[in-house]
Order: sequence, then C-alpha cells, then structure tokens
Amino acid sequence: MSTAALGATGQRAPLNWAAIDADPRFQSLHEKKVRFLMGLMIFSVAYYFLLPVGAAYFPELFRIKVWGPMNVGILFALSEFVVAWGIAYYYARRANREFDAMARELIADAENIGRTS
Amino acid sequence: MSRRTNLYLTAGALALPLIALPAFAQGAVSSEWRWLTFAVFAAIIGVTMFVTFLAAKRVKSASDFYTAGGGVSGLQNGWAIAGDYLSAASFLGIAGLISLYGYDGFMYSVGWLVAYITVLLVIAEPCRNIGKYTLADILAYRNDPKKVRVVGAISVITVSTFYLTAQMVGGGVLVKTLIGIDYEISVIVVGILMLGYVLFGGMVATTWVQIIKAVLLVTASILLVMFVWMPYGFSLPGFLQAAVGDAKVQGQVAALLGDASKNMSAAELGQRFLEPGLLFKAPIDQISLGMALVFGTAGLPHILMRFFTVPTAQEARKSVIWAMAIIGGFYVLTLFLGLGAAMNVGAINIRAVDPGGNMAAPLLAQFVGGGPDSFLGNLFLAFVAAVAFATIVAVVAGLVLAAASAMAHDLYVGVIRSEHVTPQEQVKAARIATVIVGAMAIAIGIAAKGQNVAHLVALAFAVAASANFPCVLLTLYWKRCNTGGIMAGMVVGTLTAIGLVLVSPNMTYPLAAKAAAQKVVDGSVARYAALSEAATSGDAAKMARAEKDRSTLDKAVAAAKANLEKFRDERTSLVGLEKPLFELRNPGLISIPLGFLAVILGSLLYRDKRAEEMWDELYVRQNTGILAAKAHAH
Repeated sequence: MSTAALGATGQRAPLNWAAIDADPRFQSLHEKKVRFLMGLMIFSVAYYFLLPVGAAYFPELFRIKVWGPMNVGILFALSEFVVAWGIAYYYARRANREFDAMARELIADAENIGRTS
Repeated sequence: MSRRTNLYLTAGALALPLIALPAFAQGAVSSEWRWLTFAVFAAIIGVTMFVTFLAAKRVKSASDFYTAGGGVSGLQNGWAIAGDYLSAASFLGIAGLISLYGYDGFMYSVGWLVAYITVLLVIAEPCRNIGKYTLADILAYRNDPKKVRVVGAISVITVSTFYLTAQMVGGGVLVKTLIGIDYEISVIVVGILMLGYVLFGGMVATTWVQIIKAVLLVTASILLVMFVWMPYGFSLPGFLQAAVGDAKVQGQVAALLGDASKNMSAAELGQRFLEPGLLFKAPIDQISLGMALVFGTAGLPHILMRFFTVPTAQEARKSVIWAMAIIGGFYVLTLFLGLGAAMNVGAINIRAVDPGGNMAAPLLAQFVGGGPDSFLGNLFLAFVAAVAFATIVAVVAGLVLAAASAMAHDLYVGVIRSEHVTPQEQVKAARIATVIVGAMAIAIGIAAKGQNVAHLVALAFAVAASANFPCVLLTLYWKRCNTGGIMAGMVVGTLTAIGLVLVSPNMTYPLAAKAAAQKVVDGSVARYAALSEAATSGDAAKMARAEKDRSTLDKAVAAAKANLEKFRDERTSLVGLEKPLFELRNPGLISIPLGFLAVILGSLLYRDKRAEEMWDELYVRQNTGILAAKAHAH
C-alpha cells in the first residue's frame, strides 16, 4: 500500500482507475459485495421493524407466555440483539476471509492494471 | 377493589421513608454526602485531565487534532464510539423508561443498537477508505467541493447544534437534580471542561475521555446488575417472576392503565408490565422514529468522524463490531437496571425526583448500596452521578469537535481559503472554531433553560437520516449521483425534517395547553374535597398519603394556573398554528424518502462531468482501500 500512496503524491504515474474498475477481479469483488450487503441490509431492517409492528398490531401474540413470566414479546426483543450481533459476526467473517483477500490482490497489482508495459 | 386499594397503600407506605427525605429538595444526593460525589467527580476529572495533558503533547497537526492522526486501534475506537453514542439520554433515559413503562422502554432500546448494522454494512469502511476529517470530505470527493462543503457543513452544524442543545440542557438539569448545583453553573462547568479536553487534546483527548467514560459506564452497570440479579440466582425467569409479582410494579401498571385495570388481578397487572403498549400508543410514530434511528445514526457527524481516527477499513470494521458488542450488551443490562429500579425503588419514588424517570439508575445504585443513609449507598450514587456527568462531557466533546471541524476544515479552509493554508493555520483555525462552538454551546444551554428539548435529539437523528444519510450513501454507491443531487438532498432533507417538526404535536399549542390546564384546575375542587375528608379520617397511613397527595395536587394546580397565565393572550404555536398540521411526532417516515427522492431528482436534472469522471476512482477506492494511507500522509 505504501508504494501506491507514493503514486498519489505524484512521484509515480497516477493509477488507471477506469481500468481497475473494469478489471474482472474488481467486478467480481463488487458484485459479490453488493449482493451480500444488500441482502443483509434488507434482512436486518425487515427483522427490526417486525418488532414495533408486532408490538402494535399483534399484541396477543406478544403476550403468549413461554417460560414463566417470559413471553414471546420479551424473547423477540432479546432475539433482536442476538440477530444484530449475528449479522455483525457473519459480515465480519465474510469480509475478513473473502473481501479483504480480493481487495489485497487488487491493491498489490493496482499499478500494473491498464498499462501496456 | 379492596385488594387494589390495599396494594396502593402498601406501595405508598413503602415509598414514604424515601420521599420524606429533605435531600430531594436539593438533589438526589443529600447535602451531607455531597463531598463524596465531589470527590468521585474530582477523581474522574483528574484522570481525564491527566490524559488530556499527555494528549496535548501529541497534537501538532490538523490530522492529530481532528482524527488523532489516524492512530486509534479498532478496539479503542469501539469503546470510544460507545462512549460517544451512549449519551445521558440513553444511559439514564432508557433505564428510566423501562422502570416506568416496562416492555415498551426495552423495545425502544433495540433501535439504538440495530442502527449500527447500517453503520457497519454500508458506511464505516467506505468512509474510512475515502474520507479525511469530515462528512463533507466524502461528499467533496467527486462533487463540486465548494458547493457541497457549504451545504454539508451547514447540515453538520445543524445536526450537531440540535444534539448539543439537548445535551447541554439535559446535562444542566441532570447535574442539578443529582447534586443540586445551579443549572447555569453546571452548564458552564460542563462547557469549560469539554473545552479544556478538546482545545488542548483534540481528538486524542476526546477519544480517551470517551473510552474512560464508556468503561466506567459499563463497569457501573455490570456491578448494579450483579447486585440486583444475584438474589434470584442469576435466573432470568426468576428475576422476571419477582418483577411481575412486585406490588410496586403492579401499582404502577394500575396507575398507568387507570379504569382499564379495574377487573385485573394483581398477577395480571404485573404480567402486563412485560407486555407492549404502556408507553407507545401510536405505532406509525414508533416506526417513524425507528427509521430515523436506523438510518440517522449512519449520518451523525460525530459518529462518522470516529471512523477517520482508525488507520484502515479493517480497523473500522473491528471498531463497529466492538461498539455493537458494548452498546448491545449495555442495553441488555438496562433491562435489569430498569426492572430492578421498578421493583426496589418503585415508580412513585423515581417520578418524585424526576417525572421522566431519568433518576431510576442513580436511585437504584443508592438502594443496592444500602439506602439513602448508608455510606455505601451514597458512594454508589456518587459514582453513578459522576459517570452521568462524565457521559455528558464526553458526548459534548465529540459533538463540539464535529461542529468545529465542519466550521474550520470545510467552511474556512475549504471554501474561504480554497485549501491554501499552512498546517499551523489549520490547527489554529480548528482551535478557534472549537472555542466558538464551545461558547455557543454554553450560551444556548443557558438560554434554553427550562425549555423542553427532549425532541431535539430525535430531530437531530431525523435530519441526519433525511439529509446526511441519503447524500453519503448515494455518492458512495450510485454512479449518477452528483453535485446537484447532494445540494438538493441536503436542503430538502434538512428543511422537511425541521419543517415537519415545526407543525407537529411536539410544539406547544396554547389552545390545547389552556384546555388541559383548565381541566386540572376544574377537577382539583373535587379532589381537594376528597383529600380533606381523608386527612380527617384518623387513619395514620391514609392521612400521610393525603398529605403527600395534597402537595402533589398543589404543585399541579400551580403549574396549570401558571400555564393559563402564560398563554392567556396566545392562540397559536410558534409558526402560527392552532393545532398540529402533521400528526407524527417524528418526521422520518416522510422526510427520509423525500431526502432520497431529492438526491435522485437533483442528480438526474443536473449535469456534472467531474462527478462522472471521478466515479471509477471513488468506487474502486471505497471498495478496496487503495491509497487509504493518503489521508494521513498530509
């Protein structure tokens, strides 16, 4: 990354951004990432809004006792925390294992992409 | 019926010893124990000042001042984010809401954590990869820098000022309620301390103040929960069973439900505390608020700024994960704090000190330590009060830094000086802007004394969600987005959010206020008669209760009469309305889609070659982190 940084200060030729964007490796990273993030984002927002919607429109369901005084509503609210942490863990795992490696490869090769040398 | 009366009396009798304490006249901490509070305060201030002293040596460049030179680790930043985010409103407010309203209070806390999923998935890493010091830096990357810096800075200053006002006023009231220091003095002390940290230590000191505060807050909460939960062998159903079986909890539900609770048994009343609907009556409003939280957090300038303090996108990711663990864990603890306070302190006593319930956690601390007369009880209360104080200072420091960076870095350096400044001038500009924003915060805090500012935090989130979030998201992910879209989105998002609040039920409507006050005055005649009867009944418990009720009633009638006098010649609200035009308290449901629409339409109607040409560079950089080190090479 330090050699790339030198490029920005003008000591080397600037990077060919259009060529990096068009590079199949970048396209593959971008497609995987966008699909993954969109899916996760939609799921998390939908799951969150089930809570206020359920509390407002299905109070009978929330009242059902499951374990002593513990009812569906409490369990569902607690599950929001577990799901939020789960999403964070799932995203971090995928990003650490997959996206970072793909990005590192592009960074290492950035100066050569789009140049005929 | 008799069982319920009995229940009330039990609750009332239990409450008496606490309420009778003269300490509550000056603050939750009684005067003989105030030295203890000050000692704990002094210790915390001493530690943070020492950290600032060390930090001041490290602050040499603008990068040091705004972003701690990008040298904060993911773990440190995670704690700092938690410290920046868990304001007194969430620390004391949510525990208070749970103690008074049970389930609904806990449900409210969920949105504050879910908000970080948006931050984690779409904002943190791209912002780290292409940003430098401010939100407007991200917008200026491929759009006309001067134009978007102006609108971006205005929006940042607007959001931060709303939030800041709520924090200063809330902080002043809180310190007054806790230890009885005058409101103005507490506002000035908070302002000066915060200025000390930010001015000399910049982001380095601010980060450490936030970390120290978050660690103290979490430690205090864990200790309190241990004490509260231990008697039930750390069993969750056991703890909940004790809560629903508690007479004070049942009494509070009966009081909240009024006539509707007539045919409910004590067990049903208790169980009702764990069911939704005691606080929130308007589901659409709840959903609107949820939208503002979930999308607004990602647009809060003081939160975004924290991601420029870490060196890489990986560290940014790590910091959000840590922040989510800490913030989420904290909110789970508030369930125990709130229910614990509802059982052990009781809603009546909590409301006696602060009607909004903000004193639930501090009073619980006093209770678990052994009560208002014990050393340990007062030490615990002093500790929680000091943590609350540190909380305000830490949050205010982050907000001032965000507003000052918009003023100095975006408006002065970026627009007025067109980036032609020496590094020394940059740091000087940052410090001058800090003093201006800090002085403004103190002035607004004092001017807004007695105003209801609770909705200002919601408004800050609404503006952030409707203006900042659509602009940042679309400039990062939508190729066609350009300067026209950013300008339109910032203006439309900010104005619709503020405009809708101005015509909403949040404002004071003199006609409705007068009608409500008149009702209190009219109804008081019959109640006074009933109380006089009770006072002469000869039953000691009844008489004591009547005495207490009478003083509450006296206060209510006096307040109602004052309102009648205040609004005597007024018919309309601040913007000339007799009744709200718009029924939602939170504008997010309308203003967030409008903000997105404005960015999209503005972009489509505007030609901007630079925004198109720069897309490849921005998109590659935000996804890969190529050249991410550049921001700190300056």
